[in-house]
Amino acid sequence: MNGVLLYSLIVLGVMGGILAIILYFIAQKFKVEENPLIDEVESALAGANCGGCGYAGCRNFAEACVKAAAEKKSLAGLHCPSSDMQKVADILQLTVEAEEPKIAVVRCNGSCENAPSKVHYEGADICAFANTLYAGENGCPNGCLGLGDCVKACPFDAIHIDGVTGLPVVDPERCVACGACTKVCPRNIIEIRPRGKNDRRVYVSCMNVEKGAIAMKNCKVSCIGCQKCFKTCPFEAIEMRGNLAYIDPAKCKSCRKCVEVCPRGSIIEVNFPPRKPKEENKESVNNEVKN
Amino acid sequence: MNPIKTFPKGGVHPEENKLSSDRPIERFPIPKQVIIPLGQCLGAPAEVIVNKGDTVKTGQLIGTAKGFISANVHSSVSGKVAKIDEVMDHTGYRKPAVFIDVEGDEWAEGIDTSDTIIRDITLSREEIIERVKTHGIVGMGGATFPTYVKLSIPKDKKADFVIINAAECEPYLTCDNRLLLERAEQFLIGVKILMKAVDAPKALIGIEKNKIDAARYLDKMIKSDSYYNGIEVQLLKTKYPQGGEKQLIKATTGREVPSGKLPIETGCVVVNVASTYAIYEAVQKNKPLISRIVTVTGKSLKRPANLEVRIGTPANLLIEACGGLPEDTANVINGGPMMGKSVSVTDFPVIKGTSGILMLNVKDAQPRTVGNCIRCGKCIQACPMGLEPYYLCRVSRQKDFESTESHNIMDCIECGSCEFTCPANIPLLDYIRFGKAKTGQIIRSRNQK
Repeated sequence: MNGVLLYSLIVLGVMGGILAIILYFIAQKFKVEENPLIDEVESALAGANCGGCGYAGCRNFAEACVKAAAEKKSLAGLHCPSSDMQKVADILQLTVEAEEPKIAVVRCNGSCENAPSKVHYEGADICAFANTLYAGENGCPNGCLGLGDCVKACPFDAIHIDGVTGLPVVDPERCVACGACTKVCPRNIIEIRPRGKNDRRVYVSCMNVEKGAIAMKNCKVSCIGCQKCFKTCPFEAIEMRGNLAYIDPAKCKSCRKCVEVCPRGSIIEVNFPPRKPKEENKESVNNEVKN
Repeated sequence: MNPIKTFPKGGVHPEENKLSSDRPIERFPIPKQVIIPLGQCLGAPAEVIVNKGDTVKTGQLIGTAKGFISANVHSSVSGKVAKIDEVMDHTGYRKPAVFIDVEGDEWAEGIDTSDTIIRDITLSREEIIERVKTHGIVGMGGATFPTYVKLSIPKDKKADFVIINAAECEPYLTCDNRLLLERAEQFLIGVKILMKAVDAPKALIGIEKNKIDAARYLDKMIKSDSYYNGIEVQLLKTKYPQGGEKQLIKATTGREVPSGKLPIETGCVVVNVASTYAIYEAVQKNKPLISRIVTVTGKSLKRPANLEVRIGTPANLLIEACGGLPEDTANVINGGPMMGKSVSVTDFPVIKGTSGILMLNVKDAQPRTVGNCIRCGKCIQACPMGLEPYYLCRVSRQKDFESTESHNIMDCIECGSCEFTCPANIPLLDYIRFGKAKTGQIIRSRNQK
């Protein structure tokens, strides 16, 4: 018995030794020279392979960073939304310009209450498929279908369907604005917008392009293209895209005048302190004038 | 008659429920307003050529075909164009349409509106195909593929058979059956026209066994008159999807359409019964496709019927005429229960491909609880194309479109046999349709490069 064991050990041991030597020489011959910086940069990245930078994965992005550092000595145009670019810049001994923080915004407010269901959908839980089948349970051809393609696409678990409203909700803590959800939404409802000063932002939460009378039928909070906000905005930040208003985040100063005039409540303000009642406002203005 | 034949692989046998098979075709009165959608066929929608306020006559051209796969659209009534606007179709989306307020029923010039049957086919091959094209005839079984494309046979191919699809394998639907029984002579002349158009020596009419009376009637007519030489009735087993183009060719001739190829590859041209009748009307009577027979049916419906309806009539009028929407309706379907699609609204206009309006009651359309796939393989047994539905479903769900392509998802005929037979109620067909659409897109964009 022991003889067999010894015999096998010797044979396998010798075989292993020979093969290891062969492998060593082969590895030397076919060695790929790679910049060690790439590994370092990659380890500084989030490693989610979300594609938010525009590259196929974190490795590709790291390669691009190292290449740009060697050739152009700058990281212009390279930005990873989900990790600290300062770390990458430190490794490459460069400086980085601060990018404005962004967040994914769901531009539909057709919740179960605002836009009641008229039909019941039964079938595959894929928005992209349901979009080819019908207009939606509430009848809005531009509204959220609520089947959660965005939820499945999010690599950071930052977007979920709210059980009460049936709409996707973005978790601001987790969202890194990589844009994975915007790519899968068949109705382009989700948009990447700047988070805004103090995390306060104003946007039109509707994508319905139908004429006002038709848009009114399906949803209580649909944009009807009345242009009131368009005329009110003192900064020309609102543009009319057919029957739909759009607030340009680059021009918007968050004055919230559009929110006040919107007759449908389709413009939404986020994280603003509650407004003071109007009468008080008037008084305070008067007081100021008197003073 | 020849012995009963069938396709060899797969298939299911749903409850037949042909409730309206003994109801004669009724002419449905012309409504006050018709809404004629411009996109009524597979392919590009037609381009409108009338303006608001124009007076149109019945049979007048109002939309011209745009592109190779597209069909002309004609006015189905006489009257005034009220507006050209968007109308909600059965999906709930808005599509461009022409609204016409009806005034009388004055037909355009050159259309023979009499009931006399014309047997002599005076037009030449090319003229017949041109007629089929200008008169806007499409496949009326539901797919709405422009018929003239089918009849224009490439120069290096030859048609051996004209196959008439009279299988009507969809449960509930009876419009083709009634057409065969009541307008047999016109239909058979239509078959002769088709034989001339594609220069085929033989025509086979494939009929499922559950329509034996229609088959016997046609057989008797064909045998009693030498004019119908070359036409044969072929009885088929009652099995779904007997009326699938590829299944029908296999069943009637034994030939198999190669993967990714058209039926003409096997020397067969397959045309639907209603389309054949429309071709007769177009060629012999110069009448464009402006009306069709629609089966309005449902177990709880008071009076299921086969109605001859002008294109553009709102569907809710038909439902009203048949006793109104039953209270226990759970689901209204445009087409048959197997391949038809549930509708979001009931006032969608009837178009060229609307073969039936079906109201399923609560009992038949109960919400299903979806379970997990246990790999029982029932769907593989049921698939008439020899595919693996459970696998295609899984890879479509995972968006692995390389696997869908290598497992021949493009050969799926979307018959729904797999979903019908699945014990776990998985919406297999939905996922496969999604995968097929995406795979098709990928293949097309690759071919363009």
